[in-house]
This record gives sequence, C-alpha cells and structure tokens, in this order.
Amino acid sequence: MAQRARPLSPFLHYRWQYTNTLSILHRITGVLLSCGFFVLVYWLAAAAAGAARYQSAVGMLGSPPVQLILFGTAFSFCYHLLNGVRHLFFDLGHGFETRTARKSGWAVAVGALALGLVLWLVLRAGLGGAL
Amino acid sequence: MSLRSPLRRVTGLGSAKGGASHWYIQRVTAVALVLLGLWFVAALASLGGASHANVVNWLASPISSALAVLLVVTAAYHALLGLQVVLEDYVADHGKRLVALLVVKFALVVAAVIGVLAVLRIAFGVAA
Repeated sequence: MAQRARPLSPFLHYRWQYTNTLSILHRITGVLLSCGFFVLVYWLAAAAAGAARYQSAVGMLGSPPVQLILFGTAFSFCYHLLNGVRHLFFDLGHGFETRTARKSGWAVAVGALALGLVLWLVLRAGLGGAL
Repeated sequence: MSLRSPLRRVTGLGSAKGGASHWYIQRVTAVALVLLGLWFVAALASLGGASHANVVNWLASPISSALAVLLVVTAAYHALLGLQVVLEDYVADHGKRLVALLVVKFALVVAAVIGVLAVLRIAFGVAA
C-alpha cells in the first residue's frame, strides 16, 4: 500500500515558551536525581563498609568536579521538589489560569535556583569535616 | 452500543490492563518523597559533619534507619516509574526500548537492595 505524506505531530513548530521549558526541566532534573540516587546508595554502602572504606569514598566526593555534580543534584532536588508540588496542584485541577501558571512557574524557577544554592552551601558547611 | 465487556467496564482498567495505576503510584510516591526528601536534607544539614562516626550514629537510631529505608525504596520506585516514561517516550525502537527498560529497572532494584541492606547493617550494628 502506497504511503501518502501524512501530517506530522506539530511539536516541531510549536513556539518555545515557559511551559515546555519548565516541563522538560522537570524531566531532566528527574533523570539527574535518578543518577543521584545511585550516589546516595554508594554513600550508604560506603558507610556500612567501615570507617576506612568510607573515608576513601567520601574523599572522592570532595573533589571539584564531584562538587559541581553535587551542586547540580542540589539544584535538581529543589527544582523537582518545587515543580513536583506545582504539578500535584495541577493534578488536583488548580492553577491552570495563564497568569497563575506563569506566576507559579517563575516562583519554581527562581526558588529552585535560590534554594539549590542555599542547600549546596549548607551541605558543604554541614558535611565540611569529611569533604 | 459498546464493544467493551461488562467486566472491563466495571474494572475500568482499559486495554493496558493497568488503568491509571502507573500514573497514580507516581503521585503517591511523589507525595511521600516530598516528606522524606525534606527529612533527609534536614538530617544531612544537622549532622554536624559527615564523618563515619556521625553517619553511623545517625543511622543507628530506629527512626532514622526506618525513614532511610523508606527513602531508598520510595525513591527507587519513583525513579523507576519516571525513567520508564522517559524511555517509552524517546526510545522508538522496540528492541532497544525493551533492553533499556530492563537495564534501568534491574539497576534500580539492585541499587535499592544494596541501599536497604547498608542501612540495616548499620541499624543492627553489623557494619564495621
């Protein structure tokens, strides 16, 4: 059977705007947090393996590139948490009006950056002894 | 006239046989993770340095170890559901998709078991 040219899904010519930006960021931070989950398990396993093994594992966590990853994880945590709560309100049928959705979107973006930075600094200070 | 059987209509599960359970469990684990995530961050921040002694002391308390086990299991489940949707959306090839889903799910379950066992070893004082 001959295939005729079919209309394509319109995602290619949708205008890029805040809605899909926040949505794809939720996915990206979710995937990053899934990677962070493996770091969490590594940390727990290291703690269970004894003081010597723990020290060498945590020493690696303190290196600059890993610190950058930890900052990304802290931001991802805050973003996914805030935007996740926003989505739970959407699921309950609230906050769909354009003005409300834009406001909550901005709150999530700014809040995640600010809280992510605070969280990273607090963790750095709190974990300071070992890192 | 409906082509759906009376049983299908009653159970409301549709052709995928799962109904909205995937969607729903994702939300339930999300609500749980809001609480567990906030607890975990607060606990980490107030640990007073992540030395081995501090971490082991913290996880040795019954409440901390119970919440840590819940965090590991819930986070793994939530990640599994979320990564499944991502893979189903972006991996078009059915064979590759199947392999990717299996690898991701096996990895998460194995990691969850390792995490839970680590917490239990510390909680029961087995850890060195």
